Amino acid sequence: MKKSVFCFLLMLILAKPCVAEEATIAVASNFTSAMQELATDFERQSGHRIHLAFGSSGKFFAQISNGAPFDAFFSADQAKPAALEQAGQTVSGSRLTYAVGALALWSINQQMDQNGDVLRRNQFNKLALANPRLAPYGAAAVQVLTNLGLDKTSRAKWVQGENISQTYQFVGSGNADLGFVALSQIYANGQLAQGSAWIVPKELYAPIRQDAVVLKKGEKNQAVIDLFAYLKTKRARSVIESFGYQNEGPAIE
Amino acid sequence: MGFTDADINAIFLTLKLAGTVTCLLLVIGTPIAWWLARTHSWLKGPISAVVALPLVLPPTVLGFYLLIVMGPNGVVGQITQAMGLGTLPFTFSGLVVASVLYSMPFVVQPIQNAMEAIGERPLEVAATLRAGPWDTFFSVVIPLAKPGFVTAAILGFAHTVGEFGVVLMIGGNIPNETRVISVQIYDHVEALDYAQAHWLSGAMVIFSFVVLAGLYLFQHRRRIYLLPKGV
Repeated sequence: MKKSVFCFLLMLILAKPCVAEEATIAVASNFTSAMQELATDFERQSGHRIHLAFGSSGKFFAQISNGAPFDAFFSADQAKPAALEQAGQTVSGSRLTYAVGALALWSINQQMDQNGDVLRRNQFNKLALANPRLAPYGAAAVQVLTNLGLDKTSRAKWVQGENISQTYQFVGSGNADLGFVALSQIYANGQLAQGSAWIVPKELYAPIRQDAVVLKKGEKNQAVIDLFAYLKTKRARSVIESFGYQNEGPAIE
Repeated sequence: MGFTDADINAIFLTLKLAGTVTCLLLVIGTPIAWWLARTHSWLKGPISAVVALPLVLPPTVLGFYLLIVMGPNGVVGQITQAMGLGTLPFTFSGLVVASVLYSMPFVVQPIQNAMEAIGERPLEVAATLRAGPWDTFFSVVIPLAKPGFVTAAILGFAHTVGEFGVVLMIGGNIPNETRVISVQIYDHVEALDYAQAHWLSGAMVIFSFVVLAGLYLFQHRRRIYLLPKGV
């Protein structure tokens, strides 16, 4: 009897480091599919629970600045996490570039070529892009058009989504013939899921570095600490890359 | 500070949209309201429900379905394409169609309430004076239901000005075509340009207050309450 109580207590002591915690994380819409897969894998490995909220980085920034209860923030850019850091809303030293995004010109009803001639031919009804004022992928799309010398001629055909998800919806529903979307939205398991796409060459736009930060509320949350460590592993990075993103810096085993 | 050119364009576009929608709704909504006020058909329930749907549906639902139905593969989209009009999303006409549906209950219900309040008696009197149905409608029903029309026009206009979710879903944020005030405010907030957002938002609050205060004053003077107090 005494022995079994001792065993039980020993088990409790040993089990203690594995106590599971919960975390709520705000994630930019372009990273939706990748984050869902990462969270599932991370939960299975660690036993922690991750709650995800998806939306535009600008809205999350406003909400976090006004006390939204998120433990961490995965932005679509570097500027917003940096601004939160400046405002003292983040855990210092936690900022990390979790992905470098890629831009694709996508269509479900037109065949793409490999150098963007479909844009020059100008035989499309609308060109969807994310609002360049709000979304990094929209700003990148405008850089591409400018570098191709097509920003002025195509402008009359622009339709702007408030974020990259809505831009995807405009093209996916067939309302816009062409659209600049995040490669991650149309790419799964290393291949194109639907339609036809031109993966825009990297020389045509500035890299879309996406940063994540731990927010003050998540400072002592073991789930967040473990998640940020997990993101640097080779395993997590191969998931991120399978959605068409690139990684920066060395990975850890 | 003050309004930027883009803000002013958005204001004019919004007023143009609300004006067009209000005129169309008075024309379309009046026969619907009259039919609903007079009929004993079993269809009254279902039709009333369809008219009132935008009151309870999230605007995103309406916007989402309109994007699909008016798109190139949707039923309406194929009809408009066959007529040589192209597709409606991302156009001013598309916003007009969406807003007509969205603001319909705010126009039909006050007119219907005013018409129901007339009762049988004035219509019977008109009939004994040998007035035909059209004559009765224009000489008796419309003058007696005038407060209902005023309320309907004001609410239809104000509600269209305040529309956001539907426009966001089918608008595409095109300057002078679909970028209305509410979308412009949303952009300012998303771009963290709060000062610019305050200007437009403040103007919207004042506008909405003045419109509703004027409406309640008008109703109070006439001792009619065509709306539930909460609206």
